[in-house]
Amino acid sequence: MTTKNIVRVDIEPERYELAERPTYYFDVDRRDFFKFLGAGALVVCALKSPGLGQESGRAHGRGDALPNDIASWLQVSENGRVTVYTGKVEIGQNIRTSLSQAVSEELHVPIERIDLVMGDTQLTPFDMGTFGSRTTPTMNLQLRKVSGAARDVLIAMAAKQWNTEPAKLVAADGKVADPAGNRSIEYAELVKGKQLTATLPAEDPLIPASDWKVAGTSVPKVNGRDFVTGKHRYPSDQTLPDMLYGKVLRPPSFGATLVSADTQKAEQMGATVVRDGNFVGVAAPTTAQAETAVATIQAKWNEVSQPSNKELFDYLRENTTNGSDPTGDGDRFESGSVDQAFSSSSHTLKATYTVQYIAHTPLETRAALAQWDADHLTVWTGTQRPFGVREQLAEAFHLPEEKIRVLMPDMGSGYGGKHTGETAVEAARLARATRHPVKVVWTREEEFTWAYFRPAGVMDVKSAVNSDGMLTAWEFHNYNSGSAGIRPYYEIPNQRIIFHPVKSPLRQGSYRALAATANHFAREAHMDEIAHSLKMDPLEFRLKNLKNERLRAVFEAAAKKFGWGKAKTGPGQGYGMGGGYEKLGNVATFAEVHVDRKSGEVRVKRVVTAFECGAIVNPDGLKNQVEGSNIQGLGGALFEAIQFKDGKILNAALSEYRVPRFSDVPQMETVLLDRKDLPSAGAGECPLVGLAPAIGNAIFDATGVRLRALPLVPDGLKAT
Amino acid sequence: MSIPLVVNGRSYSLEVDPQTPLLTALREHLDLTGSKYGCGEGLCGACTVLVEGKAQRSCVTPVSSVRGKKITTIEGLAHGDDLHPVQQAFLDEGAMQCAFCTSGMIMSAVSLLNRNREPSEKQIVDAMDGNVCRCGTHTRVIAAIQRAGRQMSESKETRR
Ligand code: FES
Ligand code: FES
Repeated sequence: MTTKNIVRVDIEPERYELAERPTYYFDVDRRDFFKFLGAGALVVCALKSPGLGQESGRAHGRGDALPNDIASWLQVSENGRVTVYTGKVEIGQNIRTSLSQAVSEELHVPIERIDLVMGDTQLTPFDMGTFGSRTTPTMNLQLRKVSGAARDVLIAMAAKQWNTEPAKLVAADGKVADPAGNRSIEYAELVKGKQLTATLPAEDPLIPASDWKVAGTSVPKVNGRDFVTGKHRYPSDQTLPDMLYGKVLRPPSFGATLVSADTQKAEQMGATVVRDGNFVGVAAPTTAQAETAVATIQAKWNEVSQPSNKELFDYLRENTTNGSDPTGDGDRFESGSVDQAFSSSSHTLKATYTVQYIAHTPLETRAALAQWDADHLTVWTGTQRPFGVREQLAEAFHLPEEKIRVLMPDMGSGYGGKHTGETAVEAARLARATRHPVKVVWTREEEFTWAYFRPAGVMDVKSAVNSDGMLTAWEFHNYNSGSAGIRPYYEIPNQRIIFHPVKSPLRQGSYRALAATANHFAREAHMDEIAHSLKMDPLEFRLKNLKNERLRAVFEAAAKKFGWGKAKTGPGQGYGMGGGYEKLGNVATFAEVHVDRKSGEVRVKRVVTAFECGAIVNPDGLKNQVEGSNIQGLGGALFEAIQFKDGKILNAALSEYRVPRFSDVPQMETVLLDRKDLPSAGAGECPLVGLAPAIGNAIFDATGVRLRALPLVPDGLKAT
Repeated sequence: MSIPLVVNGRSYSLEVDPQTPLLTALREHLDLTGSKYGCGEGLCGACTVLVEGKAQRSCVTPVSSVRGKKITTIEGLAHGDDLHPVQQAFLDEGAMQCAFCTSGMIMSAVSLLNRNREPSEKQIVDAMDGNVCRCGTHTRVIAAIQRAGRQMSESKETRR
């Protein structure tokens, strides 16, 4: 094994997120299904929609194999339980509940009888990963279809048994009933002793939301009891008999290479030491022993010089790469005659906005438990991409993917920060050497240092308006942070939008809402600046330049709820707004801040969010996501920033990296616009994007100070 | 050295370094994994347990300092199938997303309500400020604590 294979784990820069090509296959023999399930089941599979089907399926060549482009499948067993298999994972976005609701609704089965098997690479169909707010628009609809098909098969079975017309029968409460004949039969009874499979094609899966019953209501977290009693085992809680604890020796700085390592003492202490290229790790019966052992290792490293925060933004501008954005999602866009529009305009504005690197800081750090059985590897780990981790393991250990199983127990969240499998690779390497199962749980410091960050970025914006307050030209450059949400939704005839990829000095990747946070911050702050320069009301200016009805609707709804235009009640008070369109959701956020220029304290007092993402599946869950986005967004908006120098993170602890707490939380009001006529979109990300500009604009309103950098007030805002 | 520990009403004797954090003892030696590791420096509250009914951060508590004291973890809060009112209130208010913070939140809340059944919002914020939730469930946690407080004072009334 080479160094490269063990230590370097590819990350997922956010701009690659949607372009990533899956190497998918799901070979399953019909007989394999029943070998695994036992007799007495109905299995219904949904095929992937052709649009998503670039995956290269492989024919199995064994008997009557099921098609290998399955997206999800469901089983009705003779014990009356329904098991649903999906490659999506539960990371706190509550999809275990919302997907169960969808199944319950269509299959007419009480929600308590439904089990979801999620993100187990052996049992669930391939899935690219749980990100990009894609679960609700894709998986939810798919499972509805699968469940509806299963219900129809069950009704047909009952009709056959009773020698009647399916149309005369109804399904309800896990039974098929014949109202005319006054009889009913349990699903369990119908499938008893049978082995039935059905597949259904993926067509346009639109289902009208107007008559949803279970979906569309607020169902509590399905396995909530396991969480309030401490029974649920997260990835970091997994154990196996004879398990050892692993610790990895970390380099003193990023990019350092190992020159020599004296591991004698560690070995004398009884720890197993593995040295493989740049990787040095130990395994011992307790964490304490592993920690002590790794601390005794004397290592020499070759360090390389690298940029720090101080020169970060100059560095980003000066180090663009020639590579383009592979998503093609707005990496370069031009319309009209931009230069001409600028030169003929009498009112132009130019400004630069920046965002710092921030850390996801999921409360559960990365963790993995690995076990080898001959050359078969099983890993339990916290990740948003179990299949991606399987691929990384296959590459690291030169194994075919069939020999690797990755399981993902519902984890302590990710926010886009757990797309990778670092601990999986580390635990597996140590487990192979020790012939014991090995668990690796990162410390908070490791999580802060060796995970990846939300990209920092610089945005240059230039705009032109005519005397009526209509935007005529818009030039927008984003260095490094990404192209998500880079295109304006305002009506502007002349536009030049360029995303400049940069060789990032820090490891960077996806973060909830991706670069949309940075791009919306720059755009919505700039809109505010233009409005003020024109002495126009910021809401009026936005609406004047906005045609998109859905976006207008959220701005208007939030403005009404907020009471936009009301007089201020005291000094230091300020109101501001921001909003936009991202991941099929529309959001407008209005904020009230209070700034004490003496102490420098900036408090966000009240946040009103109007959000619309099509038909609402679970209003309470949705509200939870919106509020959660706002609270998480407070950190990046106000004070979160990674400090780094010479390849070291300087604030790799909660004592030095401030995250939002109870005392930071404003009064929050959420207006949900339910568009039952539109497909449901996810809500895990979009609501985040309006907050930072709303706060920044409110601070300007309160103080006249225009802040153009995120975080806005890491050290407060004292009068100078 | 052997350290006597009383956890959830059961007595244990642990052969560990006296400086071992209580959190490690619980998770690694007693397989009580309901208390979570979030920071290891007493700043996130994920590891909160009750020591003699009061919230304590187990990650910065050496086992030797709690020898023989009554320790309650999230696993010991319910009576059989009967959830503690705080546990029930967290469910009723949907006060969790990933729920990794939840056991620590619940233990801190129990400690607060043990002292004060009707805390004001300000008192809740002050008492809970050391508990981090990264998913942003704060407003629901506050609602759950208020609900549980009401529940606890009512059930006490009826008992009397
Ligand atoms: S783990 Fe104990 S307070 Fe964070
Ligand atoms: S619910 Fe995820 S950290 Fe609180």
